[in-house]
Amino acid sequence: MTELFPLKVRGAATARRGKMLVGPVDLDLCGQKACVVIGPNGSGKTSLLRLLHGAARLHRGTITWACPTDEARHHQSFVFQRPVMLRRSVLDNIAYPLLVHGVKKPAALDAARDWAGRVGLTEMLRRPATVLSGGEQQKLALARALVTRPKVLFLDEPCAALDGRAMREIEAILTDAKTAGTKLIMTTHDMGQARRLADEVVFLLGGLVHETGPATTFFDHPETPEARAFLNGDIVE
Amino acid sequence: MTDLWSGLAQAFWLVVTLDAELVEISARSLQVSLTALVIASLIAMPLAALLAVRRFRWRRGVIAILNALMGLPPVVVGLVVYVMLSRSGPLGVLGLLFTPAAMIIAQIIIVVPLIASIAHQSLRDLWQEYHDLLISMNVSQWQKMKTLLWDARRALLTASLAGFGRAIGEVGAIMIVGGNIDHATRVLTTAIALETGKGDFALALALGFVLIGLAIAVNLAIHWLSRTEREGRW
Repeated sequence: MTELFPLKVRGAATARRGKMLVGPVDLDLCGQKACVVIGPNGSGKTSLLRLLHGAARLHRGTITWACPTDEARHHQSFVFQRPVMLRRSVLDNIAYPLLVHGVKKPAALDAARDWAGRVGLTEMLRRPATVLSGGEQQKLALARALVTRPKVLFLDEPCAALDGRAMREIEAILTDAKTAGTKLIMTTHDMGQARRLADEVVFLLGGLVHETGPATTFFDHPETPEARAFLNGDIVE
Repeated sequence: MTDLWSGLAQAFWLVVTLDAELVEISARSLQVSLTALVIASLIAMPLAALLAVRRFRWRRGVIAILNALMGLPPVVVGLVVYVMLSRSGPLGVLGLLFTPAAMIIAQIIIVVPLIASIAHQSLRDLWQEYHDLLISMNVSQWQKMKTLLWDARRALLTASLAGFGRAIGEVGAIMIVGGNIDHATRVLTTAIALETGKGDFALALALGFVLIGLAIAVNLAIHWLSRTEREGRW
């Protein structure tokens, strides 16, 4: 069985058009826990997620999984802030990652039906994914990400612009995934959500890891004045 | 004006009596243009998908050339194909000159850049939408192309129909390489040119109306078969 963790990040940085987006970052992550990346807008949360996932170019430093990087990529999924819907039905959207990775169509469709049921989309299997509501699209994106049973699930503000009910449903799905052994690495602006889901917290500021540690310690006794100010809702830059 | 009414009446009469020669010419027109369209689509669409997903050194140059070739003068294409297929030409041994096959080749050359350019526009937009998702799923280059082609099928249909419109209405190239030979390479457009030259405007107009009717019928049939308007936003 492939083991992905511990993940060791050493001096990792990514830039775009000469501007450093995040880094250099040093980080050690272990499996089986939800890691929530928080920080103000422009602090590099999304860039860090993309960098860890391999979707952004590593300009400096190293990111080392416990297994070869190519193999690690096969055990990861990514959910975007604004879910990307393939121009297909709900069922075909969920089945897509299985089909492109060589699973036979009947088996892929069975798994897709099962996951649609788990996220409450059974009634809309044949509907075009693009006509679903924002909450339904995000649930579909989660089902599509989880159908491959990834060991790591990256989530970039999965509940942004969703109402309380949709957020609660999505958090329930994420909690189930965590219980089933999927490591969650997610960003959020919602401190309530971060407190509910996080086992460990990474606080980013200006593209750098400013503070990191277990969630309870971070939320109850933040070490730095910036983290304290951020948690109090003050403007931190 | 008299010619116009006379043409309409004659077109109506030719169609209702299923005039043998009209049927033969129309069937050949459809056969040549649809064959050219299918082959051109098989070349142009994967090419458009490749240009959308693959980054290579001369990509922008290839796209610019493809766009420029949309305005390729059919007469020049006909001339080049004629030279290639003539007895003394490099492909003369195939004996294709003055056959429907030569006409199909000329139409493919004319239609490929048009379909590829229109298809590329649609696929490029879709690729921008799908890029992050497909990259995050570790999808291979071939699968990316397949996904784009399938999900953009409605837009690609429009590209194909534009290609069909260009092919069925084309006269310059097929006149040169086909020779407008009766019962062999005569199609609606070359027949119209011939009748106009002979001064039989009414018959030329009649054939013109039949050509327009045929083009509309094929477009409607393809739309109906692919249910373009029935599944909403796709």
